[in-house]
Amino acid sequence: MATTTLFKKKPRELSYNPKRPVWKERPSALYQTVKGVILVLFSLSILAPIMLVVSTSLADNEQLVRAGGFVMWPERPTLEAYETIFRGPMVLQSLGVSLFITAVGTILALFVTITMAYATSRSVLFGRPVVLAVLFTLLFAPGLIPSFLMIRELGLLDSIWSLILPGIFGAFNFVVMRSFFMNIPGELIESARIDGANDWQILWRIVMPLSKAVIAVVGLFYAVGFWNSFFNALLYINDHSKWPIQLLLRNFVVQGSGAADQLGITTTPPPQSIQMAVVVVALVPILMVYPFLQKHFAKGVITGAVKG
Amino acid sequence: MNSTTEEAPALPETRRVPVPVEGRNPGTGKRQGKAGKAPSQSFRNRLRRDKQMLLMMVPGVVFLLLFFYIPILGNVIAFQDYQPYLGIGDSLYVGWQNFVDLFGNPDFIQAFRNTLYLAAWQLVFLFPVPLILALIVDSLISTRVRQVFQSIAYLPHFLSWVLVIAFFQQMLGGAGFINNTLRDFGLDPIPFMTNPDTFPLLVVVQMIWKDAGWAMIIFLAALASIDASLYEAAAADGAGRWRRMWHITLPGLRPVIVLLLILRIGDILSVGFEQFILQRDAVGAGAAEVLDTFTYYTGVIGGGWSSGAAAGLAKGIVGALLIYGANKLAHRFGEDGIFAKQAR
Repeated sequence: MATTTLFKKKPRELSYNPKRPVWKERPSALYQTVKGVILVLFSLSILAPIMLVVSTSLADNEQLVRAGGFVMWPERPTLEAYETIFRGPMVLQSLGVSLFITAVGTILALFVTITMAYATSRSVLFGRPVVLAVLFTLLFAPGLIPSFLMIRELGLLDSIWSLILPGIFGAFNFVVMRSFFMNIPGELIESARIDGANDWQILWRIVMPLSKAVIAVVGLFYAVGFWNSFFNALLYINDHSKWPIQLLLRNFVVQGSGAADQLGITTTPPPQSIQMAVVVVALVPILMVYPFLQKHFAKGVITGAVKG
Repeated sequence: MNSTTEEAPALPETRRVPVPVEGRNPGTGKRQGKAGKAPSQSFRNRLRRDKQMLLMMVPGVVFLLLFFYIPILGNVIAFQDYQPYLGIGDSLYVGWQNFVDLFGNPDFIQAFRNTLYLAAWQLVFLFPVPLILALIVDSLISTRVRQVFQSIAYLPHFLSWVLVIAFFQQMLGGAGFINNTLRDFGLDPIPFMTNPDTFPLLVVVQMIWKDAGWAMIIFLAALASIDASLYEAAAADGAGRWRRMWHITLPGLRPVIVLLLILRIGDILSVGFEQFILQRDAVGAGAAEVLDTFTYYTGVIGGGWSSGAAAGLAKGIVGALLIYGANKLAHRFGEDGIFAKQAR
């Protein structure tokens, strides 16, 4: 303590980088610049398009025309584009479909994954072959055509369930969940059993409360997967009223033309901002769950990927 | 006592305690190696012991059967002249004819060549980027800067391909931001999104944009697990930053690099289905047709179920063989690869 008050200049020098290990040489200006440029460019390349899309969706007609279609910052933000897309039936419908498959799909997926992972995390009859059967799915896929024929045989074509059921179990999530369950001490489970709990009660009362973090991560992964899924809808759904938002986005934004007519809207704001509003509608839920995802996922991914 | 307690819901508390004799149920009172005598009975005991656990496996197993193993069997249509109205049972068996036809089909050859070409691009240009990013991030001293960059870099991983392509269109498309700006300056627009020649570059850039940040996470974890005292010792011995990277960092990352390379190689034939199907119309089938899109357009759109299935099956088998081979190779180089944990 005495020393810090004695040398007045030292603390400032130290606080510059107390974390730098003493053996590490100071970075040269050149390296620092190169690193900085790479990181900044990479970040900008991610942020700029998002910024552009959000701003364009909020911009008013006059500014858009003046700027030639794109705006980096809306001068007079207006929600006109959003009001317009929600006036027609299609965006609302597809939002409903997407929310439904995400909510129901995630709950079902968690149920299937948790039960499966718990049952195979203890040494039980058939545990080993079942795990191998799951791991095999990582190696080989049945292929597009047979999967399509299966959905057709099940009578799920053009049904919302064709967007949910094929996604309710993922081998990767299973591995993450199972490796977490395997680390729960067996004594805990045995003692619950001595107290007369059956396997379901143990799972519900002991294992799941201990695994909230991993359940949150896996649940969010499933939810993001369901929200983002587009190809299943392209394959299995013809009926426009059952399109999820991603398919709507693909057909009206990525494939371009005629968005307004097909959305059932007589358009006043320019088509550009309407398209961008649809993009934002698909983007916002992800941005909303992203902080939660970020809080947990690093751990989940690492246990799954490195230990898996 | 023996027989009566055996029928009772015998003493649940001793179940699944690891006992030296396999399959023995201490609750029955049958000891001294009698369990080994009657394997069927011990099986029945275990069945009763585990019945709730087995019940828990049912949803997952049903899923695997319905959406994985039965469809795998459905691949028999690759060896048939499958007609939807006849079904799998009655369609004509044609042997290898579909595969023979495929390899005589220039479209398929084109799709195959595109797949390999794009995969090579990915392997060479996509693979090093997350590693480089991770090394940079790991060298940052400020945790604040680190966290901010990581939050930004992970984000695109969670966006759907549809969104990613939409973003790219808005930035680079013919009516996009950059071309608009170019026009404002009186320059010719550049067809980033529609030029078949530069398509592989575009694809790789999109993949880097979407997943490089995310792929970084695994390298970062591996970097964090390298013992810091190694660096300290090396620095004390006079090793500069590049020598430390060469002799400590890269060897420390080797298992992860090998693991990811294996996974990458196994995935080499699925270069990115959604990404291609979304851009196939803009670029044209000549450049953007890959095995997966070929399967989709031939089978589902064109109604050529059998040739589609044959293409899918060929792809699946080659992919599995590639993973297997890469894993073998990794073992030869003394690394764990992916299946080591199983064997242990």
